[in-house]
Amino acid sequence: MAETRYGMAINRALADAMQADSSVILFGEDIAAAGGPFAVTRGLQAKFGPERVRDTPISEATIAGAAVGAALGGLKPVVEIMFMDFITLAMDALVNQAAKAHFMFGGQCSVPMVVRTPHGGGLNAGPQHSQCLEAWLAHVPGLKVVVPSNPTDAYALLRAAIEDPDPVVFVENKALYSTKGELADVPQPVAIGRASIARSGSDATIVVYGASVAAALNAAAALAAEGIAAEVIDLRSIQPWDERAVLASVAKTRRLIVAHEAVTAFGVGAEIAARVSELAFVELAAPVLRVGADFMPVPFARALEREYLPGAADITAAVRRCLDWKANARIKP
Amino acid sequence: MRIELNQQELLSLYETMVLIRRSEERLSRLFGDGEVPGFLHLSIGKEAVPVGICAALQAGDSVASTHRGHGHALAKGVDLRGFFAEILGREEGLCRGRGGSIHVADLRVGMLGANGIVGGGLPLALGSALAHQVRRSGGVAVAFFGDGAMSEGVLHECLNLAALWKLPLLFACENNGWSEFSPLMRQFAAQLCALGNAFGIPAVQVDGSDVEAVRAAANAMIASARGGAGPQILECRTFRWHGHYEGDPQKYRDAGDLADARSRDSLLVSSARLEAMGVTTERIRTLERAVEARIEAAVAAARLGRAPDYAAAAADVYTRAAGGTHG
Ligand SMILES: Cc1ncc(C[n+]2csc(CCOP(=O)(O)OP(=O)(O)O)c2C)c(N)n1
Ligand SMILES: [Mg+2]
Repeated sequence: MAETRYGMAINRALADAMQADSSVILFGEDIAAAGGPFAVTRGLQAKFGPERVRDTPISEATIAGAAVGAALGGLKPVVEIMFMDFITLAMDALVNQAAKAHFMFGGQCSVPMVVRTPHGGGLNAGPQHSQCLEAWLAHVPGLKVVVPSNPTDAYALLRAAIEDPDPVVFVENKALYSTKGELADVPQPVAIGRASIARSGSDATIVVYGASVAAALNAAAALAAEGIAAEVIDLRSIQPWDERAVLASVAKTRRLIVAHEAVTAFGVGAEIAARVSELAFVELAAPVLRVGADFMPVPFARALEREYLPGAADITAAVRRCLDWKANARIKP
Repeated sequence: MRIELNQQELLSLYETMVLIRRSEERLSRLFGDGEVPGFLHLSIGKEAVPVGICAALQAGDSVASTHRGHGHALAKGVDLRGFFAEILGREEGLCRGRGGSIHVADLRVGMLGANGIVGGGLPLALGSALAHQVRRSGGVAVAFFGDGAMSEGVLHECLNLAALWKLPLLFACENNGWSEFSPLMRQFAAQLCALGNAFGIPAVQVDGSDVEAVRAAANAMIASARGGAGPQILECRTFRWHGHYEGDPQKYRDAGDLADARSRDSLLVSSARLEAMGVTTERIRTLERAVEARIEAAVAAARLGRAPDYAAAAADVYTRAAGGTHG
């Protein structure tokens, strides 16, 4: 057991996967000689050589497309898209090729590839280097999308993603890279699609993933001081997502808040809210509430971005609103 | 760069060209009769390109194809019955009726799929070449693409990366002068071979109606790529006899252009060569009739095929459906 930063847990998962399986290769922009823009792949080229750890030119469409072809050719490529914002340039390979090959070719083949990519704001990186676009990918049949919130899960989910026969987008939050957690010498595996209960409670359920897990835990601590016991569920995986765990929690709390850093509109929270409303309408004591970013590009200036990013206070307020629902249960336009 | 093929070798290439031509003529009629769902892009007029190139390949080599991919599939050796069953949308199809004409694939023979996205196959072939290189398989990948894909950014990315990594990759351009309804000169300001020069990739132009010329050029380039010399470009000048899709009235095309296209018939070029080698017309006709009989049998089998199974399709969205909710 050792204290490990989120970024280093990913580094160790890559190293261990490469050690265990010679078909695992890495490529992406500045990942090899320079060790990655966030130092996540540092030391891997030195350890595994230039054939298996490669720098590419700035060619996102080809990085992702080559990963599909390499996966069809028997390799397990793990590629990096430097910022999730740049996934726009890789969308054909992901959406039209990787996601569909297994289905479209009648089950003849699998596409065991992983795209690692960081999302999220907080670095004042501005509108084109901060977005959380995971809902786009979760919308595409054939892709899997995981978003770990801590070093332990980052390690385990990356190992699971690399071992998975389907294309997996592994989303890292930039603000989490330097956060620390315990990583066992022999970490426990985590299955894609399984949530974890980050904090137990009986009054309301807060469903979160990625960096929003920490915000939800802070919110739950603040609420506890008022005598409100919020349960925090860390989804870990959003495509597929652990509906059973969420329903089990809602059966207990009868109140659900879904929070994420991504824009609220048409987001992951919208899907979960709709689904839970369909399946647990009578169990719910209040409508499912969503917390997410306002419907605008991520702004640059410190004050603007601070106001834009949803945080613990927004989650706390949403939990209170949910608990007080009867008092103001009127549809407001 | 003409290497002499013997009679038997040329007969075998001719047979595959006839297989493609007759299969597509048959598909054209089936389409006219409403038996083929969706779009159908025929490659009649360019049979010599896939046949010449695939004849230079070995069993473990791979090809990524295009929306006009029937010739690539048949030349790479996909199962004929599975081919027709797929295009007619049957469970027995190569892709169990989920892909159709624009997605025919047979991974067992290294056919990585026709592709509905112009240029979509290029990075797939590049990745396949990367797998050949890393796994030391000794294999080569071929990216077939039309002249229309030359304007896609991904081609330029792929030329660059393949050159940097010296990948065993053949860029096989089928330049028929048209992309959909627009002529090449209104689409592309450069020359492919000049681009090859810019990236340091050997590039050769060849008459895509002459299977022997294609085969000879492909042989040399594929041997170079296999030997570690890096990517190669083979630009095949070819022709589109039919519309962009079946049913295309081709109002944008003048009669002279169409007549020009049809004046070069790769089958006639090769049958004339065969006759000059002393192969009798009767022998050629016998070969053609045998091919036609195989096609009729495949069509008959496809017509009797089952409707694809919806539940099986729904269960095939993922290889491993995980223990959560997908949608
Ligand atoms: C990315 C993309 N853009 C546009 C199309 C529509 N489209 C299909 S085929 C085609 C023309 C392609 O021309 P070319 O590559 O020369 O192939 P050809 O049809 O001549 O064989 C176009 C524009 C598409 N399928 N994919
Ligand atoms: Mg064309």
